[in-house]
Amino acid sequence: MKIHEYQAKELFAQYGIPIPPGAMADNPAAAVAVAQGLKTSTVVVKAQIHAGGRGKGGGVRLAANPEEVHKAAEAILGMQLITHQTGPKGQKVKKVLVEAGLDIAKELYLSLLPDRETARIIIMASEAGGMDIETVAQATPEKIIKVLVDPLMGLQPFHCRRMAFGLNLQGAAMKAFTAMLPNLYRLLMEKDCSLVEINPLIITRQDTIVALDAKINFDDNALFRHPEIRAYRDEDEEDPLEVQASKYNLNYINMDGNIGNMVNGAGLAMATMDIIKLAGAEPANFLDVGGGANAEMVENGFKIILNDPKVKGVLINIFGGILRCDVLAQGVVEAAKKIGISVPVVVRMEGTNVEAGRKILSESGLNLQTALDLADAAQKVAAIVNA
Amino acid sequence: MSIFVDQYTRLLVQGITGKEGQFHTRQCRAYGTQVVAGVTPGKGGQDMEGIPVFDTVQAAVAQTKANCSMIFVPPPFAADAILEAAEAGIELIVAITEGIPVLDMLRVKNCLAGSKTRLIGPNCPGIITPGQAKIGIMPGPIHLPGGPIGVVSRSGTLTYEVVHQLTRKQIGQTTCIGIGGDPINGTNFIDCLSAFEADPATKGVVMVGEIGGNAEEQAAQFIAEHMTKPVVGFIAGLTAPPGRRMGHAGAIVSGGSGTAQGKIAAMKAAGIHVCENLGKLGDLCAEVFCG
Repeated sequence: MKIHEYQAKELFAQYGIPIPPGAMADNPAAAVAVAQGLKTSTVVVKAQIHAGGRGKGGGVRLAANPEEVHKAAEAILGMQLITHQTGPKGQKVKKVLVEAGLDIAKELYLSLLPDRETARIIIMASEAGGMDIETVAQATPEKIIKVLVDPLMGLQPFHCRRMAFGLNLQGAAMKAFTAMLPNLYRLLMEKDCSLVEINPLIITRQDTIVALDAKINFDDNALFRHPEIRAYRDEDEEDPLEVQASKYNLNYINMDGNIGNMVNGAGLAMATMDIIKLAGAEPANFLDVGGGANAEMVENGFKIILNDPKVKGVLINIFGGILRCDVLAQGVVEAAKKIGISVPVVVRMEGTNVEAGRKILSESGLNLQTALDLADAAQKVAAIVNA
Repeated sequence: MSIFVDQYTRLLVQGITGKEGQFHTRQCRAYGTQVVAGVTPGKGGQDMEGIPVFDTVQAAVAQTKANCSMIFVPPPFAADAILEAAEAGIELIVAITEGIPVLDMLRVKNCLAGSKTRLIGPNCPGIITPGQAKIGIMPGPIHLPGGPIGVVSRSGTLTYEVVHQLTRKQIGQTTCIGIGGDPINGTNFIDCLSAFEADPATKGVVMVGEIGGNAEEQAAQFIAEHMTKPVVGFIAGLTAPPGRRMGHAGAIVSGGSGTAQGKIAAMKAAGIHVCENLGKLGDLCAEVFCG
């Protein structure tokens, strides 16, 4: 799960990680009120959307007086902000973060995340703050400092020193950094973060350390033990069909193509999308109804796909193991009768009781085409696209 | 011959009295697996259709000499269940549970490092040696006993699809293992590939990967350097959008790494027969393994 910068900074504040003074506002007047409370000469107005690259897209503006704050907030709020992470349609801005401008001496990069390869917590930092870490990793990998922490040992002072010396920190900044890092590590572990990233982490001219930006992602599997984090969810940032699917406990991702598809199991679902592409079409979605899907989940999944106006045809691919094909076929037929289908639907199923399942489909009187195997399914999908 | 499990495996089921646990215990027993015990804390002394239930894994092992555990415990308690089994000396743990927090698995993985316990999964369909033992949730009848092909995969139903195509071509399987779709898992591709390489009954391997991480790239390197047996490979997720988690917690392309394209290139460079059309996987296997 992703959260907004202002929410991430709330968590930083709780964990004693220095952030610039400021607050969130959802209208220009509130933004001005926040700015006036800050009592600084410059304030920064930052668009709050889940995507990165907001500055380049015009979502971050400086303001020197209340009129400018009002103007900046007015310009940003309600805009359709397009960045390299939002896609061409962009994301509507509904909130801004108003913060005091700071005197920046140096910008650093810092992130912490669980590393799947080593089963350690990896801490990464670089003196090239403000830049995309992937760009730094490609251009100048030697400038990235990495420390791996055994989660059973936990973060030790020597880890912090290694990072600080690697970043060439000195004096007060060094002390502030080594005091802050254990707090960040604690935040990651206690809140089940899948990423904590500060880019940039700044050293001010006063030699203090401040998290100028904040990005935190959470492990969805751990949200059950963090109601306070679940409360941060902003459904406005998600695709409406994806929000609906999540309420049915379906794994659904909306995409740009024209062939809807519904599959049981994530691996088979990805492979089915690939088959659609091979057939000369484009998948309209990823939809995994689960390895142990039942008739009700099939019906809900079907509803979601048919609610997508891009869909010109549907491929249902179910490998019935535990879920018998006859039960599945019954589910598909009932769902199709209830919802009404306006596009061609190809059903490929295999496994337990497949003959009985095919019989139910062919006798349903509905516009359901049965595919004998995956190669046959691909051909039938191609026929829909070329029709 | 087979790897990791056979007709002598003595299975214990953690979470045996739950709905899933009961259903799959029955299926495994019907397939011929020796199910010797179950564990559900608080239900010790009861039985599940004749299978004795214990409060702790330690008691179950002491009484029944179980050497393998299949775990159906819900995600919040699954890491604890895995550690309990390892601590009780279980040699092989098959964790079916989907949805265990990453940080829990990070702890488990580090606790198990250096121990004699092998963990398969979590978030996996399990392991089957066709005709001998089924320890997992896969449909038994799609498998063809007798070998000579081993199957290793990060997926569930996609593995069934692959096995089904093999069986339809009359290509039997020695052992089929689902290593799971989570970012942090126990047994990896290389562990299985090296076991298949050492197993005299296995003459070739089908390896099924997907986007995310670099386990397939590492496996490709291992195959190039250490394997003499032919390997057919398939990677799911060519059309997956970057930055999105595709159902499996571990299936995500992030920062340009973990792409299907990159994995396929690495596998081809390692001499693996890569299948690019799942519909034709059975044909390719027949060509490579029987041609």
